[in-house]
Amino acid sequence: MKVPLIYNVRSVMQRPVSTAMTALGIGLVVAVFVAMLSLANGFASALARTGTPVNALVLRRGADSELSSGITREMASIIAASPYVATGTDGRALVSPEVYVVVAMPRPGHDTLALANVVARGVSERAFDVRQNIRIVAGQRFQSGRAEVCLGTKIAGRLPHSGIGDKIHFGNRDWTVVCHFSAGGSSFESEIWGENEQFMPVFRGDVFQSVSFRLRDPAAFDEARRALQGDQRITVDVHRESDFYREQSALLGTVLQFLAVMITSIMAVGAVFGAVNTMYAAVASRTPEIAVLLTLGFHPRSVMASFLAESAVIAAAGGVIGCLLALPINGLVTSTTNWNSFSEVAFAFRVTPMLLLWGLIFAVVMGVVGGFFPAWRAARLPVVQALR
Amino acid sequence: MALVEIRDVHKSFQRDTQKIDVFTGLDIDFAEGSFTALMGPSGSGKSTLLNLVAGLDRPTQGTIAVAGSPVSAMRASELAPWRAQHVGFVFQSYNLLPVLTASQNVELPLLLAPLSKKDRQERVKLALDIVGLGDRADHFPRQLSGGQEQRVSIARAIVADPTLILLDEPTGQLDGKSSQEVLALLQRLNAEFKKTIIMVTHDAHAAEKAKTTLHLEKGDLIEKRPSGAMAAL
Amino acid sequence: MRFLPLVLANLRRHKWRSVLTTLSVALALFLFASLRSVVTTLDANSRFGAANRMIVQNATGIVFPLPMSYAARLQATPGVEAVTWANWFGGRYGDGKRFFANFAVDPESYLRMYPEMVIPEDQKQAFIRERTAAVVGKRLLEVFGWRVGQDVTLQGTIFPGDWTFTIRGVYTPSNRSIGDDAMMFHYDYLYERFQNRVTPGWFVLRIADPGRSATVAKTIDDGFRNSSDPTKTGTERAFQAGFMTMWGNVRLLMGTIGTAVVFAILMVTGNAMMMSARERTGEVAVLKTIGFTDRTLFVLVMIEAALIAGTGAFMGLGGARALYGLADTNVLGFLPGFHVSDGTLVFGSGIAVLLAVASGVVPAWRAARLPVVQALRKVE
Repeated sequence: MKVPLIYNVRSVMQRPVSTAMTALGIGLVVAVFVAMLSLANGFASALARTGTPVNALVLRRGADSELSSGITREMASIIAASPYVATGTDGRALVSPEVYVVVAMPRPGHDTLALANVVARGVSERAFDVRQNIRIVAGQRFQSGRAEVCLGTKIAGRLPHSGIGDKIHFGNRDWTVVCHFSAGGSSFESEIWGENEQFMPVFRGDVFQSVSFRLRDPAAFDEARRALQGDQRITVDVHRESDFYREQSALLGTVLQFLAVMITSIMAVGAVFGAVNTMYAAVASRTPEIAVLLTLGFHPRSVMASFLAESAVIAAAGGVIGCLLALPINGLVTSTTNWNSFSEVAFAFRVTPMLLLWGLIFAVVMGVVGGFFPAWRAARLPVVQALR
Repeated sequence: MALVEIRDVHKSFQRDTQKIDVFTGLDIDFAEGSFTALMGPSGSGKSTLLNLVAGLDRPTQGTIAVAGSPVSAMRASELAPWRAQHVGFVFQSYNLLPVLTASQNVELPLLLAPLSKKDRQERVKLALDIVGLGDRADHFPRQLSGGQEQRVSIARAIVADPTLILLDEPTGQLDGKSSQEVLALLQRLNAEFKKTIIMVTHDAHAAEKAKTTLHLEKGDLIEKRPSGAMAAL
Repeated sequence: MRFLPLVLANLRRHKWRSVLTTLSVALALFLFASLRSVVTTLDANSRFGAANRMIVQNATGIVFPLPMSYAARLQATPGVEAVTWANWFGGRYGDGKRFFANFAVDPESYLRMYPEMVIPEDQKQAFIRERTAAVVGKRLLEVFGWRVGQDVTLQGTIFPGDWTFTIRGVYTPSNRSIGDDAMMFHYDYLYERFQNRVTPGWFVLRIADPGRSATVAKTIDDGFRNSSDPTKTGTERAFQAGFMTMWGNVRLLMGTIGTAVVFAILMVTGNAMMMSARERTGEVAVLKTIGFTDRTLFVLVMIEAALIAGTGAFMGLGGARALYGLADTNVLGFLPGFHVSDGTLVFGSGIAVLLAVASGVVPAWRAARLPVVQALRKVE
């Protein structure tokens, strides 16, 4: 015989303030949980979406980031001529040798030595086709031979004087901003793009940092890798683009996730204690009622289940509050430094339905854990004593 | 001058939307050294009268004086310390704090007086001895029987050596034997220690132990009868 | 105080409730102290910097090197006493999972520039004499199990290949903000293998008069402005501060979480206090009848709240201070000198006070205002 739920509902309403406080305590834990994981999520997905599995990225052997790599013009030509490189509709290879540097740009609102390190990527005009999801949202592509640059939407929002037609200054030169581009939320949106031939003389001399190309057959990646890495004329490492960028975010991503779990775990313990207190008090104050229920013939298991359910529902309500509190964060743009590439990456908090669901589950778990001992106590109430 | 002088006291309560008049012009005196039982049906105002005398409540009209102090006119902040010194109160239940031992419970009124720990402990011991529970000083209320609990309450009520002891249904929750113990103790306090006692009760047997019985009905004093042996005649 | 036994007895009434609530406070304040310490450590590190040292970097970006020829010109700049240089190597050891800073330096001048790196004299000489020698921070000995005299091999990332060094010296930083897990080797060793590509990553200067740092910076930067490698010169402190901003809006993040934590715990404590209060109306009535004043009862409830908050604070804040102090935390090399500052202790204690007041004030007020007669009637 199950204890009617209406009993729990009415009882809970008898202690509105206490219930609300317990729910709110749990809610705050869930809010922090969702917020922090959406931060880690946002960062990881910005970097993960940066690469696609159908592209390959070639770096100098041993380099662990584009920054520390160097590929000569010769090597770039050899790679471009490889049979594993796909060709576009115009018959030309879908390959983009790129210059990758990190330049110091002024951070708005700070003194002159507080600089943001921004990625400046010198690309070939094929880059817009090779790298996926690049869309020009304002202005037009830079033209060959000119000191023109395109800004990713996220970096455009964070640099002063970065509208179409404005001039920005780096590498000892002035560059005219001619377009803004979006890149599916990936880290490219935090970059400045210009023509590789223009960047080369300004920065590193006659060398590229990476070559990115579309795989003719994405399934044949391993074959392509073996061929290129085995080629004696060049000393390179070949990575699947998506894997590479995902690994780049590994350190910071792991740190963020670790922090999220640690912080919310500690908070959760506190919230669970709160739930335990509340449920113990509930059982204590309703001892005569419990005794009556048991006398009437309700099984102790049902009484226990009833209290567990009550605790779980209060916690779930708290979980909903927590999710609602954290929701407005979605889409908020923030930035941090990706220590692998030593550059700033701007990304948006990313709250997913899955994450919200996890938050709710987390809340219910807290409620059940907190309510367990009190509920157990209720079930084992010595009836005769309680009725006296 | 009587110890307690109640003059033309009116008292009414607001319960929901109804105004209930408990007393409309009550006059009673309680002499020093008296032991009075207050009886009457429920709603007659017995407990209310006790509260008024203790200064826990204020009459709507009229005056109450205890040992010369105008209780009905004193401010709440004055009444608390006054009560600590002059009144001992025993309830039917809920007297003792379950988290404190018997002696700690008895000590409570003394915490409000400027006494040293040594003095306090001496008085507590004395009070507990008087009620016959000196050996239970370190027991918690849950380790005492109902009768013993009430006796500890009485010990607390007398520990500050008050002028007046007020009891509201002290034997209401006790069995016959325990009731006898408590009432015998009260008689002793009155006879030997000259304490003035006012006891509200609905138990005629308890009332017989007092020297005088007052009957209240609907806020009016109906009868004043000496109790005990004389009443039996 | 004479009323303390009464307060303690009340707390003991529900032993578990009191314990759990106190532990919640302890946990929350431990968390708060940890979070705030991230911010204070970053701040402290950003304020690190000798007043008389300056950094000269390539204006285009920190990843761009400067010509060696600049050394002479910098030395000749008025106000400059000493010059040294270094180059970021970025090598990895083993599986590379444990990051640590390693760079190529000009041995004698660099060690002279940084007296905060304390090395035994014989080790210092051994390092200077041997081209393939290296000096490591003492923490690296613990982390990797290295010994003085051992050969270690790093994988070059910027300068590819295997690089073997012999550990000849161990330094101990005399200032908390200098990490104790860096590794330095000879610049010449790097130059030997990569002649075409190696030039100093940055220069460090010691100036005679800290007050003239702005003038010196301007002189240097103006001098190189029109060259192919313009410079950006600033005090070491400004340089450090710039580094710290790279962490992003950590302060805001930590602050927000900290606030959420405090609020959550306020819910828990307030709830516990209210529950206790509700169960004791009868007793409060009895106490008032005995003669306890409203004010006394108010104070008693507040003391109860204060005891819980205070004990929790002591455990949480004290625990954090002790833990990070004992463990000598360095958080994976990113936050050298991580510790709980005195300011954090004060702030945390303030929160405990706030907690006590906020959780206790409503029950205390109600106890004080409890109308005795009504309460008694309910009781009888």
